[in-house]
Amino acid sequence: MPTSANLTVLEINGLYKSFGDNHVLKDFSVSLTRGENLAVLGKSGSGKSVLIKCIIGLIVPDAGSIKVFGNEVHELGQDELDQMRARIGFLFQSNALYDSMTVEENLLFPLRRHWITEEQANPDDAVQEALNDVGLLHTRYMMPSELSGGMRKRIALARTLILKPEIILYDEPTTGLDPITSREISDLIVKVQRKYNTASMIISHDMSCIHAVANRIVMLIEGRCYANDTYNNLLKSADEKIRDFFLETV
Amino acid sequence: MKLPKWVGPLDTLHQFEKFLEELGDLSRFTTRFFRELFKPRPEVEEFVRQCFWVGYKSLPLVGITAFIMGLVLTIQSRPTLVEFGAESLLPNMVAVSLVREISPVITALICAGKIGSGMGAELGSMRVTEQIDAMEVSGTNPFKYLVVTRVLATTLMLPILSSLSNAISIFGGYLGVNIRGSVSWHLYWTQVFDSLSFGDIVPSLIKTFFFGFAIGLIGCYKGYNTSRGTEGVGRSANSAVVIASLLVFILDLIAVQLTDILGFT
Repeated sequence: MPTSANLTVLEINGLYKSFGDNHVLKDFSVSLTRGENLAVLGKSGSGKSVLIKCIIGLIVPDAGSIKVFGNEVHELGQDELDQMRARIGFLFQSNALYDSMTVEENLLFPLRRHWITEEQANPDDAVQEALNDVGLLHTRYMMPSELSGGMRKRIALARTLILKPEIILYDEPTTGLDPITSREISDLIVKVQRKYNTASMIISHDMSCIHAVANRIVMLIEGRCYANDTYNNLLKSADEKIRDFFLETV
Repeated sequence: MKLPKWVGPLDTLHQFEKFLEELGDLSRFTTRFFRELFKPRPEVEEFVRQCFWVGYKSLPLVGITAFIMGLVLTIQSRPTLVEFGAESLLPNMVAVSLVREISPVITALICAGKIGSGMGAELGSMRVTEQIDAMEVSGTNPFKYLVVTRVLATTLMLPILSSLSNAISIFGGYLGVNIRGSVSWHLYWTQVFDSLSFGDIVPSLIKTFFFGFAIGLIGCYKGYNTSRGTEGVGRSANSAVVIASLLVFILDLIAVQLTDILGFT
């Protein structure tokens, strides 16, 4: 378990993933340290979502290594993988809230699973704290269908936070939201990182969100890590591809 | 004349290849069901919830259908029996035909429509909205939580629904007998129980376990493997009903042959 502030919690080396003739990831490498917000920037279909699904073990890569907390993800048994997943939060692009459950039940769901039940002293308090973090305490007994898009995103984040993850993977956290709500979500990401000192990987092509939250940006172009720098340095870059990308998206 | 593309031999071959692939996937899915079934930490709460939805929530539909089925069968059978001077055997005939064949099959078909399509649509919708992935990343085994509980619930609830359907349809038969004739409550039920034997009830009950298993398995298989967004959800629900209904008839045919071979007829 990482103890040092700048300890590497996630390390990806030479990752390859193809779907038929579509080579999505080609020799992709990156690392993430504790307390860092890393943004992965790339065009639609560039393999950003595939990357984080490989990290969490939902997709098996063709080649390469993904080490989370020093463990090779695709060599873990099911129980070890489940225990690793409990230390990683995943915010889905579609929020993926269980629509047949209330907000409270959605939040309690990860807590009711196996070994966590024994560790969690008071699930009610955990739900309250997570809802408080996202400022939606009043929605506790509401159904997801009764919530707006921004509220659903926050509830999804609360469900992610309830297990106090050490890494949070955000898949397009501001997609489909209006600029004000996007800004609120970006602020929330920063707030969560400061409060829990989590390491975050934010997959996005929303430059305002990335500018607001990222300490470092990795540009995923043609399946490779094309650039790896801060927002300001990339903005000033003389590289044509990087400049084109920033001009198109800013 | 140029033949349409879809009737070409290559297309037929491709369809057959897809059918075999689907069969292979279904076999793997079934094997996984049995593997997950015996793993520790059963999802008891979800299983009870599914039993409630499959059993209790289907009861009104099954009950009404069974009642009408018994009533109609009696009314339709009377003229033929009268013609042969065997009107007094009407309760016996109704009871045997309902218990052995009509009631289990109709109950299974209703459940294939209601439960099979519901499971296909529910799990399909969960798949395309990434809810199943969300369960997996939160450390829950979605197969065990969603599939094992549902298949087990249909397997156990269908025999119960079928037994209730038997009773309700025979009661419908009593009313049917008394529309044109007059048979006392006591005489009717005496004739019903006299005509039924161990060989009628047990095989009929056993086959409903298999019907339930097939309905739950196909509904879950189709839903769990849904792709292509909302269009895929509709397709999963639809094919779950079609395949489950077809399987009910195939299983019924096998069950009839088996009971015949084993001497229960």
